[in-house]
Amino acid sequence: MRRALSALAAVSALATTGCTGGPAAQDSPAGDVTLTVFAAASLSDVFEEIGEDFEAEHPGVTVRFNVAGSSGLVQQITAGAPADVFASADEPTMARAVSAGAVSGEPRPFASNVLTLVTPPDNPAGITSLADAAAEGVDLVVCAPQVPCGSATATLAGDAGLALDPVSEESSVTDVLGKVTSGEADAGLVYVTDATRAGEAVHTVDPDRARSAVNTYPIATLADSERAGLAEAFVEHVLGTQGQEVLRHAGFGHP
Amino acid sequence: MPASVTRDVPVRPPRALTVIGVLGGAAILLPFVALVAGVDLTRLPRLLTSPAALDALGLSVRTSLAATAVCLVLGIPLALTLTRLEFPGRSVARSLVLLPLVVPPVVGGIALTEAFGRRGLVGEHLHVLGLEIAFTSTAVVMAQVFVSLPFLVVALEGSLQTRGEAHERTALSLGASPARTFRTVTLPLMAPGLLAGTVLTFARALGEFGATITFAGSMQGTTRTLPLQVYLERETDPEAAVALSLLLVVVALAVITLAYGRKRVTIS
Repeated sequence: MRRALSALAAVSALATTGCTGGPAAQDSPAGDVTLTVFAAASLSDVFEEIGEDFEAEHPGVTVRFNVAGSSGLVQQITAGAPADVFASADEPTMARAVSAGAVSGEPRPFASNVLTLVTPPDNPAGITSLADAAAEGVDLVVCAPQVPCGSATATLAGDAGLALDPVSEESSVTDVLGKVTSGEADAGLVYVTDATRAGEAVHTVDPDRARSAVNTYPIATLADSERAGLAEAFVEHVLGTQGQEVLRHAGFGHP
Repeated sequence: MPASVTRDVPVRPPRALTVIGVLGGAAILLPFVALVAGVDLTRLPRLLTSPAALDALGLSVRTSLAATAVCLVLGIPLALTLTRLEFPGRSVARSLVLLPLVVPPVVGGIALTEAFGRRGLVGEHLHVLGLEIAFTSTAVVMAQVFVSLPFLVVALEGSLQTRGEAHERTALSLGASPARTFRTVTLPLMAPGLLAGTVLTFARALGEFGATITFAGSMQGTTRTLPLQVYLERETDPEAAVALSLLLVVVALAVITLAYGRKRVTIS
């Protein structure tokens, strides 16, 4: 029994050290610095591009991204995952990181995103408005209210005075997009940037009042960062002309 | 081997291996211990009886039972065909049946969409006939059948192969019809594998996540099974996710105990 217990202790010790050496472990050669950025899933492509620009401006710096749903990222950060910068898809999620004491300084808004209605390219249900998509017999797919794009969906439906009757409430906006591009769903509510990224794979219907539900993306440096100066420089780069240009190009709005 | 010499000597693995074995056990058990430790007992009753949780549990149990029934109907003949019928390419067929065990469930979900989705190979024709599978509980059951059927087939193949064909050959040579031989000889031979296989099939169906979320969608009461509910709760209420996870573990534990607790059953 004692042996079993000490084995358990050894395992938990391993688990703990494994944790502190986690995703941002420094494995780069001496002189090089790695900056770890935790970014919301919808930022994946655009932040890759911004990261490359930033690396070009800062020789010897490597930017690494951990891209996931904003809520999941907050959990990882508060659980001690080593990260330097956090960019969230909405303000309530960032507020959770702030109240957990994980953020240094004030989060700053750097982009905005609005919802849009997408259908398969041939628009089989002939949808031209949000009301069409809410009609009975239409397979509408949306985000679940628990995730940022879902709360934006609820706001949009409320403003339009419509009761949506979705056949599925997905956990992420990419799952909504997948259901539309595969032709399973007649329509889906996704971010404008997702529709831009999907290109020819979807037909976009700009619903009335879509601008009423705007998600603001905040970015902040993290309290546990060991490269505070560099983290701040990255945030400045995202807010600067070059970063903003890349964001606009991907369909993001002004903060 | 002369049994009289070895009978009373207990077989023991080397001590070092036992220590590593304990580590292996800890690798499996430690996360569950942490899960139990992470549950807020005061909130537990309320978290487990929320309408969303009850809907998810009810849906999970109903669809998993249906999937297990479908697996039995399809799996017994499939296992028999693969073990008792000589045909070219049999070994290839036996390997192919295992595919859902090794591909990631999300890949299974995409494959199911390609087959039975509205624009899928088969689904296209069903759509014309007015049959829609996507976003229904039927899609959930199909995803569960897809991922759990191999568990039953493997378990049954194991039983059929260890027991051999001698009993069936005897029955047939004594004039029993193939149908009677199947009923009175083959089926009882399969019994141990059938029990273990059915339990594993049900447990796998209950835990199914990736193929379901990809193929069936996620809607309370229709397609959002317990694992999908856990995944969604994680976004806003990690404590609720932990509580629901515990519920899944308890159900899985109950199912395993039911089958393996009575007597030791080997599945291969």
